[in-house]
Amino acid sequence: MYKLTIEEKVYACQADETVLDALLRGNVNISYACKKGTCHSCLVRSLDAVPPEAAQAGLKDTLKKRNHFLACLCHPEQDMAIKLPDQSEFYTEGTVVVNEMLNRNTLLLAVAFKDAFEFNAGQFVNLQRADGLTRSYSIANIPQESNTLEFHIRRLPGGKFSGWLHDEIRVGDSIAVSEPRGHCFYLPERHGQGILLVGTGTGLAPLAGILTDALAHGHSGPIYLFHGSREFEDLYRIDELCQLAQRHQNFHYIPCLSGKHVPAGFSHGRADEVALASLPDLKAWRVFLCGHPDMVKQMKKMAFLKGASMKDIYADAFLATPV
Amino acid sequence: MTDTQNHEDATMSKTLYERIGGEAAVNAAVDIFYRKVLSDPRINRFFDNVDMEKQAAKQKAFLTMAFGGPHSYTGEDMRKGHAHLLKMGLDDSHFDAVVENLGATLQELSVPQELIAEVVAICETTRNDVLGR
Ligand SMILES: Cc1cc2nc3c(=O)[nH]c(=O)nc-3n(C[C@H](O)[C@H](O)[C@H](O)COP(=O)(O)OP(=O)(O)OC[C@H]3O[C@@H](n4cnc5c(N)ncnc54)[C@H](O)[C@@H]3O)c2cc1C
Ligand code: HEM
Repeated sequence: MYKLTIEEKVYACQADETVLDALLRGNVNISYACKKGTCHSCLVRSLDAVPPEAAQAGLKDTLKKRNHFLACLCHPEQDMAIKLPDQSEFYTEGTVVVNEMLNRNTLLLAVAFKDAFEFNAGQFVNLQRADGLTRSYSIANIPQESNTLEFHIRRLPGGKFSGWLHDEIRVGDSIAVSEPRGHCFYLPERHGQGILLVGTGTGLAPLAGILTDALAHGHSGPIYLFHGSREFEDLYRIDELCQLAQRHQNFHYIPCLSGKHVPAGFSHGRADEVALASLPDLKAWRVFLCGHPDMVKQMKKMAFLKGASMKDIYADAFLATPV
Repeated sequence: MTDTQNHEDATMSKTLYERIGGEAAVNAAVDIFYRKVLSDPRINRFFDNVDMEKQAAKQKAFLTMAFGGPHSYTGEDMRKGHAHLLKMGLDDSHFDAVVENLGATLQELSVPQELIAEVVAICETTRNDVLGR
């Protein structure tokens, strides 16, 4: 018999029981459906022990690395401390140290922490206002010695949270930041593999983090970044990315504009369409898709049909919070 | 299988799922099969609105079942699971197309013809449930 700990409570897991069965027996409110590793509803995370291999069957490498596992497939091999996905989150206070515009509607916000903030470039956090309003934002940098996180915040017309960040937050203010989440990030392996990054709008934020991380790890395969928006004024960091492409032979930056006015040096069309037209075969490529949910959904399918393996496709759809 | 005598024994005692290669075979087949299904204009509309990742997990459930592997779906589950597709016009022709894609997938993976025939036979046992008859 092993002990399962969730927050302060301890549950006993009998020899023939799965973690899910033990928790259900203990009346823990955990979501589940198929009970056989298919639906992934009961995905939880171990905070200490490395989960048994069988309990991680079929999960993405990035999830495995962070000790996520399927409760319904897990016969524990030791005591485990477990985090359920819907548990109340732990927030840390950070201080705003940079607040400046990247273009006409995108704000660069840098938040500094007293202690080290562990994350993988490309993950996102939830930011919370004092009244409890919460939104997700992707981290745009790689871990820094200064313990700062960078965010790119697009102002949405009538947007409650983005409007607040744009209009009211100042350097020196403090803001509550959740633990890092998500599994859309770079793993330093298969250095020669091709990497395709496609983002719309502030979808560039996680992709910038992933790109920096891959280059810092000496990734040697081709890396293509397609960043799209309708108008020129809504792209950002164009010069920096062009310079980066000059410094790294294997990195290619393709800014895409879907509107009517397309200056020289920009591709005409939506970022996903331009990417698909430029790269005929994605077999054995790693693909990262961030931004508009429709683009992400469509491109996931197309990347898969062009040969990318499902487990090599990582995506963050910037879904709106249902009201 | 090199030894014919062994082959006889193995055929007698092992399940189809084991002979075809178990979970490893499912993993090898899932991307190829799903890619075929999504590119097949006869049936891809049925898969338009499903989440790719969840769907990939379901495809594995489908393949495990078709290979005679361990699963806990009942005929009733199959009826319920495909009922919304009947409203979209699901019929025998679509069923045949799925089985055809599965056969082509296994051929691509060099699975022997007689094993493919067994897989097709298992699929046939679900036809009436999938088509809600
Ligand atoms: C994993 C994840 C990562 C994210 N990362 C980022 C990021 O790095 N940068 C960033 O700017 N945003 C990001 N977002 C989106 C962000 O969480 C908020 O949804 C966004 O800032 C809008 O919040 P709001 O309170 O300003 O708008 P709300 O008050 O929630 O909405 C205002 C109005 O805008 C509409 N709306 C909401 N979202 C969109 C949209 N995407 N496109 C068009 N209309 C919309 C709403 O329906 C509503 O009518 C991310 C979302 C997710 C899920
Ligand atoms: C050969 C016989 C078939 C078998 C054994 C079979 C089996 C399955 C299984 C096990 C699932 C997963 C159920 C779940 O866990 O939710 C499933 C889902 C699904 N099947 Fe089939 N299937 C068959 C034929 C078909 C056909 C002919 C079509 C359409 C062309 C089809 C379309 C679907 C779709 C779209 C889903 C997903 C539904 C959703 O995500 O809500 N299936 N099937």
